[in-house]
Amino acid sequence: MLLASYWFFSTLTIAFGATAILLRNPVSCAMSLAVCFISLAALFISLDATLIGIMQILVYAGAVMVLFLFIIMLLDLRMEKSRRLNFGATLGGGLVIAAFLSMLTKVILSDPEFAKPLPPLAASAPDNVRMIGMTLFHSYALPFEAIGVLLLSATVGVIVLSRRTLR
Amino acid sequence: MQLSTIAWITLVIPLIAAALILLVTRANKPLAAGLAILSVLIAFIGSWFIFWHGVNADYLGFDWINLGKTFSIPFSLLIDPLSRTMFVVVTTVALLVFIYSIGYMRDEEGYSRYFAGLALFLFSMLGIVLANNLVMMYIFWELVGVSSYILIGHFYTKDSAADAAKQAFIVNRVGDFGFLLGILLFWISTGTFLISPLNSSAGLFVEHPGLLALACVLIFCGTVGKSSQFPLHVWLPNSMEGPTPVSSLLHAATMVAAGVFLLARIFPILSTSPQACEIVAWIGAISATGAGFIAIQQDDIKRILAYSTISQLGYMVAAAGLAVSAALPMFHLFTHAFFKCLLFLTAGSVIVGMHHEQNIWKMGGLMKKMPFTFLAYCCGMLALSGCPFFSGHYSKDLIMACSWEHHRAIFWVLVIGAALTPFYMTRQALVVFFGKPRSEHSEKAHESPWVMVVPMLLLAVPAVCAGYPVVKNFFFKDIGSLAEPEIPPYVDQVFLAAFLLGILGAFAIYRNVAKDPLRIPFFAQRFYLDDLYDWIVRVIQGGFARICSFVDRWFIDGILVRGSATLVWSIGFALRFLQLGNIQAYAFFFGAGVIGLIYLILNVR
Amino acid sequence: MPTLANYLLASGILFAIGLGGVMLRRSIIIIFMGLEIMLNAANLSLVAFSRYGLVDGHQIFDAQVLVFFIITVAAAEVAVGLAIIVSLYRARQTTHVEDIDTLKF
Repeated sequence: MLLASYWFFSTLTIAFGATAILLRNPVSCAMSLAVCFISLAALFISLDATLIGIMQILVYAGAVMVLFLFIIMLLDLRMEKSRRLNFGATLGGGLVIAAFLSMLTKVILSDPEFAKPLPPLAASAPDNVRMIGMTLFHSYALPFEAIGVLLLSATVGVIVLSRRTLR
Repeated sequence: MQLSTIAWITLVIPLIAAALILLVTRANKPLAAGLAILSVLIAFIGSWFIFWHGVNADYLGFDWINLGKTFSIPFSLLIDPLSRTMFVVVTTVALLVFIYSIGYMRDEEGYSRYFAGLALFLFSMLGIVLANNLVMMYIFWELVGVSSYILIGHFYTKDSAADAAKQAFIVNRVGDFGFLLGILLFWISTGTFLISPLNSSAGLFVEHPGLLALACVLIFCGTVGKSSQFPLHVWLPNSMEGPTPVSSLLHAATMVAAGVFLLARIFPILSTSPQACEIVAWIGAISATGAGFIAIQQDDIKRILAYSTISQLGYMVAAAGLAVSAALPMFHLFTHAFFKCLLFLTAGSVIVGMHHEQNIWKMGGLMKKMPFTFLAYCCGMLALSGCPFFSGHYSKDLIMACSWEHHRAIFWVLVIGAALTPFYMTRQALVVFFGKPRSEHSEKAHESPWVMVVPMLLLAVPAVCAGYPVVKNFFFKDIGSLAEPEIPPYVDQVFLAAFLLGILGAFAIYRNVAKDPLRIPFFAQRFYLDDLYDWIVRVIQGGFARICSFVDRWFIDGILVRGSATLVWSIGFALRFLQLGNIQAYAFFFGAGVIGLIYLILNVR
Repeated sequence: MPTLANYLLASGILFAIGLGGVMLRRSIIIIFMGLEIMLNAANLSLVAFSRYGLVDGHQIFDAQVLVFFIITVAAAEVAVGLAIIVSLYRARQTTHVEDIDTLKF
C-alpha cells in the first residue's frame, strides 16, 4: 500500500513540478505547481507526518499559490514570448544539474543505511499534532517567537514595498 | 658657590641670552646688545674665577644616556688645566669682540639676530671646551657649525653669503663624518666615550697599532674640517662673507681653534701612534705653506687674513703632530687668538672707514687717517710675522725649534711658510696703510668710533705680551712642557733670516705701487682647488645624482610603484567582466560553486 | 516497501527540477516558482528522515518542527518577494530577467 502510494504520488509531484517550469502560460504553471504541492502533501501524510501535510495544503496550496495567481493577474502576464535561446547559459545550467544529480545518486546509492525498509512505529505513539506541539513549545520556543517577529517584519515590508511612490 | 654651579652657569647663560634676545628684542637694539654682553661678561668672570681657583674636576653633571657600563654618555664638564686656559681665552676674546660689534653693526640690519647668533656661538664653544666626553663634544661641535652657518649667512639676501654659509656647513660635515667614525672606533676599542679614560687607554692598542692610527686619523678628520686644513680648507676664505667681528671671533680665534683644541684633548693617546702623528704633521705643514703661497696673491683684505689663519692653524696642527707635548700647539693657539683677532678687528675698522670697500688696491695712505687702527694693526702684524719681542715669535719659534729636533723635513717646509708670512703681511701693510690713496673712499676715510677702537687697543696688549715666559708659565705650566729644545744657534738665525727676507722682499716689490706687480695665477686662483672641487661636485656627484634620479623615476616609480598599481588595476579590470548584471548568471555561478564545494567535500579526504 | 533511498531520490530530482527552473527560465515569476519547488524538495527529504530514523519507536520530531519553520519562512519570503516583483514591474514594465541588467559593468 505504501509502495503504491509512494510511486503514484512521487510521479505526480515530479511530473507536475516539471510542467510547472516548462510551460509557457504562467497561469498553467501556477496550476501545475498547486497540483505538485497537493501531491507532496499526500506524500507527507503517507509518511505519518499528518500536521505537516495539512499545513502544506493550507499554507502552500492555499495561500502561496493564491498569492502567485493574484500577482500574475495583477501584472497581467501573458504568454511568454520566446526569445532566442542563449546556448551557453543553457549548456551551463544543464551541466550543473547533471553534475548535481550524478553526485546525489552516487551518494544515496552508496550508503547501505538508506536501503533499509520502513521501520514500524511504536504502538503507543501519541498522535502527531500533540508530539509536534510538545517539541515545538518545549525545545523550540525561542525560534517560534522569532518566526513571529519575522512574519511581522515581512508584513510591514510588503506594505512598505507596495506603496506607489516614495513621498 | 660650588665650582660645578659656576661652570654650568657660565655655560648655560649665553644660551638663555640667545633665546631671550630672539624672543624679546625685535627692534630694541640696546637691549639685544646688552643681554649678549651681560652673558659674555658673566662667562668672563666665571672663567677667570675658575682659572684662579686652579681646581681640577671631572664629571660635573648628570647622566644623559646610560645603558649600562658599555654605553654611557654623561652630560658633564671636565675642568683641567687645558680647558681652564682655553676657557679664559675664549671668554676674553669674546668679550672684546662683542663690545666691538656694537660699533661695527650699528648701521647694519638684523642687529638682534646677530647678537643672538653670537650668544649661541659662545654657548656652543664653551660646550666644546668644557665637554667631558667625545659625544658631548661632537654635539657642541655641530652646534658651533650651526652658529657659524647662521652668522656667516647673516646677510642672507646676498647670494654669495648664503652660498658661503652652506659651503662652510657642508665641508665641515664632511670632516665631522670622519670624526664620528673615529669616536665610534674608539668606543668599540675602549668601551668609553669619556676623555680621561680614553687618554690613558694606550695599553689596549699595543697589539693593534693600525687600529689606533686609523682611529686617531679619523678624529683628526674633524680637525681638518673645523680648522680648515688641506683638503677641506675651501670654506674658510668664503666664510669672510660674514660680518668682520664674526670672522674675527669664529674664524680666527676660537671656532677654528676648536680643531686644535681637540687634538690637544686627545694628545696623550694621539702621541702613542707614530703613523697618525706623521699624517697630522704633514697635513699641518702642507696647509701652513700652501696657504702662505695663496695669500701672497689675494686682493681682498679679509681673504689675506683668512689664508693667514689657515697657515697659522697649519702650524698648530703640525706642532701637535710633532708629539712633543699638548702645550706646544696650545701655546701658538693662545698667542694666535689674540693677534689674529686683533688683525681682523683692525681690518673691520678699515672696512667701516672705507664704507665697506674690501679690495686692498682701492686703499692706501690710511696710516694718517686711522692712526689707532694702524697702531693696533702693527702690533698684530709683527706678532703674526714672528718679530722678536712680540708674542707670535715665541710660539712660532718654539714650534720650529721642536720640528728641527724631531722632524727635519717638516722644519724646512715650515721655514718657507715663516718666510711667506711676513711677506704677505708687509704687502698688505704697504698697500693698505702706506703710499697714496688709490680711490675716493680711501681719501675720505676716518677713524672708527671709540667703541671699536678700545677693544682693538686692549687686544694689542696680549698680542705683544702673550708670549713672554712669565705669561707662558702662568697659563701653560700644567698643560705640558714648553721647554726649549737643544738646537744649534744657526737655526735661530734661520728664523731671523726668514723674517727679514719676507719683510725686505715685500718692501722691495710693493713700495709705492699703484697695482700689483706680481701676477701668479696659480696662487691667485688658490691652486685651482676651488675649481677642482666645483668640478668634482658638478660632474661626479652631479652625474651620480642623475643616475639616481633615473633609477628613481624609471625603476622605483615606474616599475615598482606604478607597475604594482597597474598590476592590481588590471586584475580588477579582468575581474570586472564577472559582473554581468544578469541574475541567472549569478545563480549559475552560485550553483556551480556549491556543486563544486560538495564535490570537494565528498571526494577530497 | 519504499526505502529511504526512494524518498531521497525523489526529493533530489525535485530539487534538480527547481534548480533548472531558476537557471533556465526567463520570467521572474517562473523563477520564483522554481525556488518554491526547491524548498519543498528539502521539506520532503526532511520528513523522510524524520520517519525513517526512529528513536525508541518515535519519529524524530525535530525534523518536523524544522519543516514547520521552513514552510512559515517560505510563505513570508514569497510575500516579500512578490511585493518586490510588483515594484520591479512598476519601475521597468518587464518581467523578463535579461532586461534587468543595470548592475552590468
